[in-house]
Amino acid sequence: MKRFATLISQLEATTKTALKTQALVQYMSLAPKKDRLWCLALFSGRRPKRTVTASQLKEWSADAANLPLWLLEETYSVVGDLAETIALILPKADKKYDRSLTEWIDDLRLLTKLNIEEKKQFILNSWCALSDQERFVFNKLITGGFRVGVSQKLMTRAVAQATSKPEAEIAHRLMGNWTPDQTDWHTLIEAENFTADFSRPYPFFLSHALENAPQELGSPTEWFAEWKWDGIRGQVIVRGGDCFVWSRGEELVSDQFPELQKFLDNIPDGTVIDGEILTWKDEAPLSFNLLQKRLGRKTVPKGLLQSAPVILYAYDILEWQGQDVRDQPFQYRRAILEALCDNKSLALPLRLSPSISFQDWSDLEDVRAKARDQRAEGLMLKNLASHYQAGRKKGPWWKWKLDPLNIDAVMIYAQAGHGRRANLYTDFTFAVWDGSDLVPFTKAYSGLTDAEFRQISTWVRKNTLQRFGPVRQVTPYHVFEIAFEGIHESLRHKSGVALRFPRMARWRQDKMAQDANSLDDLKDMLKIYG
Amino acid sequence: MNKTAALIFTEKGIYCPNGNFYIDPWRPVDRALITHAHADHARPGHNRYLSTDIAAPVLKHRLGAISLETISYGETRQIGSAIVSFHPAGHVPGSAQICVEVNGEIWVVSGDYKTVADNLSTAFEPVKCHSFVTECTFGLPAFRWMAQEHVFGEINQWWAKNAASGAVSILGAYGLGKAQRLLSGLDLSIGKVLTHSAVEGTNRVMRQQGIALPETEQIMPETDGKGQSGALILAPPSALGSVWSRRFGETSSAFASGWMGLRGVRRRRAADRGFVISDHADWSGLNAAIKATRAENIYVTHGYTDVFSKWLKSEGYNAQIVPTEFTGETVDIEDME
Repeated sequence: MKRFATLISQLEATTKTALKTQALVQYMSLAPKKDRLWCLALFSGRRPKRTVTASQLKEWSADAANLPLWLLEETYSVVGDLAETIALILPKADKKYDRSLTEWIDDLRLLTKLNIEEKKQFILNSWCALSDQERFVFNKLITGGFRVGVSQKLMTRAVAQATSKPEAEIAHRLMGNWTPDQTDWHTLIEAENFTADFSRPYPFFLSHALENAPQELGSPTEWFAEWKWDGIRGQVIVRGGDCFVWSRGEELVSDQFPELQKFLDNIPDGTVIDGEILTWKDEAPLSFNLLQKRLGRKTVPKGLLQSAPVILYAYDILEWQGQDVRDQPFQYRRAILEALCDNKSLALPLRLSPSISFQDWSDLEDVRAKARDQRAEGLMLKNLASHYQAGRKKGPWWKWKLDPLNIDAVMIYAQAGHGRRANLYTDFTFAVWDGSDLVPFTKAYSGLTDAEFRQISTWVRKNTLQRFGPVRQVTPYHVFEIAFEGIHESLRHKSGVALRFPRMARWRQDKMAQDANSLDDLKDMLKIYG
Repeated sequence: MNKTAALIFTEKGIYCPNGNFYIDPWRPVDRALITHAHADHARPGHNRYLSTDIAAPVLKHRLGAISLETISYGETRQIGSAIVSFHPAGHVPGSAQICVEVNGEIWVVSGDYKTVADNLSTAFEPVKCHSFVTECTFGLPAFRWMAQEHVFGEINQWWAKNAASGAVSILGAYGLGKAQRLLSGLDLSIGKVLTHSAVEGTNRVMRQQGIALPETEQIMPETDGKGQSGALILAPPSALGSVWSRRFGETSSAFASGWMGLRGVRRRRAADRGFVISDHADWSGLNAAIKATRAENIYVTHGYTDVFSKWLKSEGYNAQIVPTEFTGETVDIEDME
């Protein structure tokens, strides 16, 4: 595991992408193939099943370090990472085991067969035999979640370089629900025929926000426009007599959306459609709130299927008659998609995303301004000649969203973050005025710079009124402009509203708490946009 | 706090009624005893100052024309009916723990301290007392320092690697104390050491008072940024990633601080490297220092005071938190460490 621990150190010892890539390429070229596979798995969130709980780890490490458990908890809340906390407090190693990453993982997985005393012995012994950095990695193998600043893109590039294969192909190979148990390095990365796995999705093509005026994109005749919806971007695969539904987060969500199984007998085998999963009734989308209820379940109750039915809003076609058509121009793919949807879609939970026709860019600006009436987020602009690429790329596709809604709110609670944000107050609760009371209505975590977070953290420490565990109630003083994409009625929240994608747009140091907006302002927004 | 207490805690800072003086006060007072010259301990605006002779030059450099008396380590002086002495704290050159004795009751105020010797500051000496006011900047068991030779080894290795590839190494460290300590551990056979003016100002003062420091070259506005390949630059943390640092072409950046022991802080600072080296006591240093005073009453300040006082109580001490204006639990003083 030394090699893997070194890799983690190397990745953390630089902020330069080129050096990170170099370290990964080296690992992907030199490490044992089984370890490479596990490295890919771990960095893409495919972690082994947990065999030891966090509370066991805490208890045993406090024991080994001869510290009370409460002190470990307090230390953890400052360090912000349990694996790291434990690695830091334990006495130095006095033995040395040299085992590969895969061997350690196999050992950890075998723990399920042991009783608790035997588990404890194994963990304590291992801690005694690992260097500080290896110990951190070992703990991470147990607690899961390697966040070492390696994006999917970076990993894809490194594997591509190590194997001299194109990045797009590696991106595709790494998709889907493979695990190191069901495959090996050769099958996943090197084998000629890697499409044998019917469930494997294509990498999603993602867009950046339009930076300049659309006029700069050139002639409108080269572009296609459609609504951009706030649903779940998904890929539906009809292959080998099965139907698979993947979310953009690369989760297999077929069971959450059983109505899409109707595609099976109605759409030819060897078809892959990219689209948006939306709750849909009377030929119009329902709110995202309703769609959220469909997520995170194993099965969907009948009532929910009726109250929150979904469709696939089709944007693109990636595979047709068993052929990968991603390298065909968008126009060509769109024609296939139109023909496919035209025939069947009304009987199926499938709708074609309509093309918005426009003569010049100013027409389109008027259309975009009306997006909220349609419950859309804005527009998507796609070059008619564009291929369907892998990952987020600038140029061929742009999202052109509406400007967010915003409201000025008072910060009333603060909580420290984790990981990179450990020891900094980054998670805030905001309130608006209801007469002379402040009513909390949203949380937000992002939008400030590190320097601003540091400044506000110092202030939070000095202006804490009360503590509730990790949460601090602070003097209502600072005003922040909260930007958000949508507003919905919510019975669960005291304020009666729920926001979509709230974030801090600005720290309004020019405003006093009494200058913040009121609950009535929020309710007016709900009337207009809800 | 009863009337006879040698020291009491007031809004202006730690006060000795019998001697009518304050220790490291944060509001203007008539007479201030100063443990060391860092800004959170030595503030401007007092009528009279008392510090160690070693701390005096830097104190004057930072605070300008102040009325300053000096005292040597170990020397005793009567102020009112209190007897005062200063003892090495090992934090930065001239830093002191201040011992105050009134009617046989002995208090020691630690200021900031480091129990491990570093070849630059006079080494820490424990002082027996009844009541000990201790900092606890790193008062959590996650903070344990490696021997400084080990860390210097890492830093020199990093520098040598950068130098070999023609890059300039920029090492961010607090300008008073940390920067000079690093300087004393750098392997000058690797290349030359350049300094930011904030660091060089202190270097100059220390050299003048006879503290031996290796040769450095201050970066001037006319310094050719591109011609410095292989050099190491010592700069305050705020200079890293600034426009100032961009003139040197290919660089690798690092911070040297106890906070670099935390991955979160390391990643947040977005430097290439973080070297864990501190001028404060680590967890075991704090515990050993407290034990060595034989004090029963421990007052904790500057740091994780809640947690550390609770820990001391569980260890059988009569521990309390000193109310202080610097209620920051740490990262606030990341740059001052």
